Amino acid sequence: MTDHASKQYDLDLDSIRSRVLAMGGLVEAQIRRAIDALSTGNVALSEEVIEGDHKVNAMEVSLDEDCSQLIVRRQPAAGDLRMIFSIMKTVTDLERIGDEAQKIARMAKNIHERGGPQAPPVVEVRHAAEAAISMLRRTLDCFARLDTDGAEEVIRDDAGIDTEFRSILRQLITYMMEDPRTISTSLEIVWIAKAIERIGDHAKNMAEYVIYIVKGTDVRHTGQMRGTPTLDA
Amino acid sequence: MSEVLTTKAEARKLSFYYGDFRALKGISMSVHERKVTALIGPSGCGKSTFLRCFNRMHDLYPGNRYEGEILLHPDNANLLARGVDPIEVRMRIGMVFQKPNPFPKTVFENVAYGLRVRGESSRRRIEEKVEQSLQDAALWDEVKDRLHQPAYNLSGGQQQRLCIARALATDPELLLFDEPTSALDPIATASIEELMHDLKERVTILIVTHNMQQAARVSDFTAYMYLGDLIEFGVTDELFIKPKMKQTEDYITGRFG
Repeated sequence: MTDHASKQYDLDLDSIRSRVLAMGGLVEAQIRRAIDALSTGNVALSEEVIEGDHKVNAMEVSLDEDCSQLIVRRQPAAGDLRMIFSIMKTVTDLERIGDEAQKIARMAKNIHERGGPQAPPVVEVRHAAEAAISMLRRTLDCFARLDTDGAEEVIRDDAGIDTEFRSILRQLITYMMEDPRTISTSLEIVWIAKAIERIGDHAKNMAEYVIYIVKGTDVRHTGQMRGTPTLDA
Repeated sequence: MSEVLTTKAEARKLSFYYGDFRALKGISMSVHERKVTALIGPSGCGKSTFLRCFNRMHDLYPGNRYEGEILLHPDNANLLARGVDPIEVRMRIGMVFQKPNPFPKTVFENVAYGLRVRGESSRRRIEEKVEQSLQDAALWDEVKDRLHQPAYNLSGGQQQRLCIARALATDPELLLFDEPTSALDPIATASIEELMHDLKERVTILIVTHNMQQAARVSDFTAYMYLGDLIEFGVTDELFIKPKMKQTEDYITGRFG
């Protein structure tokens, strides 16, 4: 992009963008640690994740503040306007992903504190979580590079996580029917799987904002990406 | 947008020369009826030159030359044609300038002036028209008790609205605004912008502005000009959110130059 006549404006915009990426990195770490806590039974780690959510919330508040200041001071237009508008929405999605990570950590803590028979599909949950983390990371890369091809891929990948969620649910139902003692734990794993599925949805939203920033087209709720291998530019 | 647009005025391959200097390079553009069209662009891009062609302002200086046409609808008259009287053109196309420029006369006489030039002699009709024009320019309540005081006693914002009332008195079809609020404070600016919004119910407006937020606020269509060329013309909301041309994007985001 051509330099702005005011260097400070470019610096302000760049600073906001890099802090969105930093917030994304923090959120990604939160999910990863929550999933680790679930797999390893490390209750202290669960507590750290639960505790750490306030950092994510603080970043949301601070980024929102900076965005509104930039709007007031600079009245961004065109590409800059789409960027700021999308950042404000991205930040909301990131904060919600942070909440989902906290939820996973809380469930992991419950499961391990309770002890007793474990419902086995933790491996599948971990697999779904890896897919969600990958979507999040790729969406952040796309945001950094303004890469719409990558963003379209992320949007399409969301369907895979949805499928995985339904498959975990079916397995859990089987376990619960076979051994009702696993019901409490299974229900918590349902919540965790649901949280992962939601993380995928948020990552998909963020990928849609990347397309809006670059092309100015709003692909939300249009079904444009679903099951279509390519998108016309 | 499903609304049917009518063309009020239309530049066709319009070029304009200040002596040897070609300030406009073959501009073709429509001005839609009862809409506000904003002309934006950096200094020297030709936007004021373009605006002034519409009421033959350039005729006042020797060596200036037009090429191409400006058609005024519905009669399809070429304003630039030989034999067209600039005074006639200016009766149909009013102009408001950057700095308020009331005549050194009373408030009343400023508004009555155009009517008298047009040959109106009935005192009653002139009084009615002056009141109506001042009402339309949202100035009547403020000046109705000082109609016979010098116009220079009014505030800057009031003087500008007086100039608008003066332009409205001859029932123009098209109003040209050349940076009408650049000398006004934000409150007076807001009242002029509000007025433009009301006026477009019945008159077509073409405005030159350096203030992009103003263009975004008041206009339905925006044209971006650069070095005498029309770079992009489009619906204002689209042009400011998703311009088609990179040059427009660079200009409206301040990345010009």
